[in-house]
Amino acid sequence: MNHLLILPVLIPLLAGAFLVVVFVAPLALQRLISLVSTALLVLIALLLFRQVMVGNHVLYTLGNWSPPFGILLVADRLSVLMLLITSALAVFCAMYAGRGDDRKGAHFHALLQFQLAGINGAFLTGDLFNLFVCFEILLIASYALLLHGGGVARCRASLHYVILNLVGSAMFIIGVGILYGVTGTLNMADLAVRVANAPAGDQPLLTAASLLLLVVFGVKAALLPLLFWLPRAYTAASAPVAALFAIMTKVGIYAMLRVFSLIFGLETGLVSTTAWQWLWPLALATLALGGIGVLGATNLRNLTAYMVIVSTGTLLATLALGTREAIGAGLFYLVHSTLMTATFFLLADLIARQRGVAADHMVVAAAMKDHRILGSVYFIGAIAFAGLPPFSGFISKVWILQVAGETGNQTWLWPILLVAGFMILIALSRAGSKFFWRQSGARPHQWRADPARLGVVIAMVLGSAALSMAATPVMTFMLDTADAISAPQHYVEAVEAVALRAMGGL
Amino acid sequence: MEALFAAALGMLTFCGVYLLLRARTFPVILGLTLISHAVNLFLFGMGRLALEAPPIIGEGSRQADPLPQALVLTAIVIGFAMTAFVVVLSLRAAVELRNDHVDGVDPDEDWRP
Repeated sequence: MNHLLILPVLIPLLAGAFLVVVFVAPLALQRLISLVSTALLVLIALLLFRQVMVGNHVLYTLGNWSPPFGILLVADRLSVLMLLITSALAVFCAMYAGRGDDRKGAHFHALLQFQLAGINGAFLTGDLFNLFVCFEILLIASYALLLHGGGVARCRASLHYVILNLVGSAMFIIGVGILYGVTGTLNMADLAVRVANAPAGDQPLLTAASLLLLVVFGVKAALLPLLFWLPRAYTAASAPVAALFAIMTKVGIYAMLRVFSLIFGLETGLVSTTAWQWLWPLALATLALGGIGVLGATNLRNLTAYMVIVSTGTLLATLALGTREAIGAGLFYLVHSTLMTATFFLLADLIARQRGVAADHMVVAAAMKDHRILGSVYFIGAIAFAGLPPFSGFISKVWILQVAGETGNQTWLWPILLVAGFMILIALSRAGSKFFWRQSGARPHQWRADPARLGVVIAMVLGSAALSMAATPVMTFMLDTADAISAPQHYVEAVEAVALRAMGGL
Repeated sequence: MEALFAAALGMLTFCGVYLLLRARTFPVILGLTLISHAVNLFLFGMGRLALEAPPIIGEGSRQADPLPQALVLTAIVIGFAMTAFVVVLSLRAAVELRNDHVDGVDPDEDWRP
């Protein structure tokens, strides 16, 4: 059997457990373990990527229990893509935090590893209840990470975040319970077949379960009525934590895509599932609200938090179109927006460190010591995020607009998306001119940017440039991934093949 | 038995939601606990309610579905950990924010920045 597939969960879990045991060890050793573990995750994600390109679906049955009875891990293009983004982001966060942010509280690296174990598990699992368990692992790690560093703001933000997510977890169990009660299985592929063949009398219950799951994933992804925890939490979190949280909303979006395309969309197709029809108006409203929030933000972290909301709205509105090209464009935007929002959280921290008490608030303050290099990075990052050429934001936005035009949905998506993009441009230029051009006459502070931290941020901005330079192969890959999502029967066939083989083996 | 079970679940959820909306950390924690009780019982009930049916083959004339019982066990453990965390968090919030409102600001009190 191919044991590679369990490693993305096992390695961070073991590293995290070891870090808890040796918490008195010198910080340098903890950082080394954390970095080695995250670097290994990148390597494994790349190896899995190669396998998936050949075999489409890689399966792992835990304890050799054949599906649908045992716990199943499935890697397909979508989950490997998510693994790759997560592990790359984790390396950047571990490196950035290793320059001092991990000293502000206990167990930073252990929590980071547990969070990664939960996120990777959520991407790989082929079982709905396991998805719930992985969500809980990543959530409890994120609660503690959000509080990392302490302080009043983090405490306030955490209360909302924790209580809301606990209610979300309760609804998740209700949704899973209804599905189990109706179909008698929790394996996603098996569920898909049984939901497709369910008698008409069970349909209302199944619809109720799907809508409950939409609410649960909507809380994670920050869909409109459920997003008010996000700006405060992301603003309060310490920089590397906020950067890592850039992937957290995408976990919710991944879960939506997986559950609604596979479990509820096997027979009828993704777009005609009841829950998916709710997505289009809600996503557009999220996008509009994000645009307004960006204009209202008074500091760069808060602005970035609203950019996360804009990215969720854009992404879900694109995915809601449901065609192959739309899903491909959405996935490209997912990679781009995750990278750029994480970059901006780190950049806000770098800027705040050079401005003394003014921090990253949009007020006039003394000049920064490294204003040239920070200004250049900020300028490039702002261009990339706002969707101006030549960076990845431009490509993804043009692709999304084109897809919306082709499917005849431009009436709503074009104006809202373009105006939101324009508002981001205004907000970023306003912030940038306050930070870099309008300086008070006071003597500049003498603090220099930490070269390693600066290097991480520059590498991430270069990642956006690389994404636009390698756009053609990336876009081809995204379209292939979208093909796989639009044809969930292959996923079901792959799982059934393993089940049949296990029966033959007995 | 189903009607009684459903009524109990409804009552638990009703009380849980009411306490949750009190927006003070202690009632909210109690509310979350009640909701998680209701949810665990609901998950248990999804294996169908049956008397004298142990989840082991050969122990009785009928068998209960063992899977929801295992799921409930997992959910209880997770719920227990989460409750412990939220209790500690609310204690910390009460110390740092000087009040027990979930927004961190007490609307009934004069609040000075």
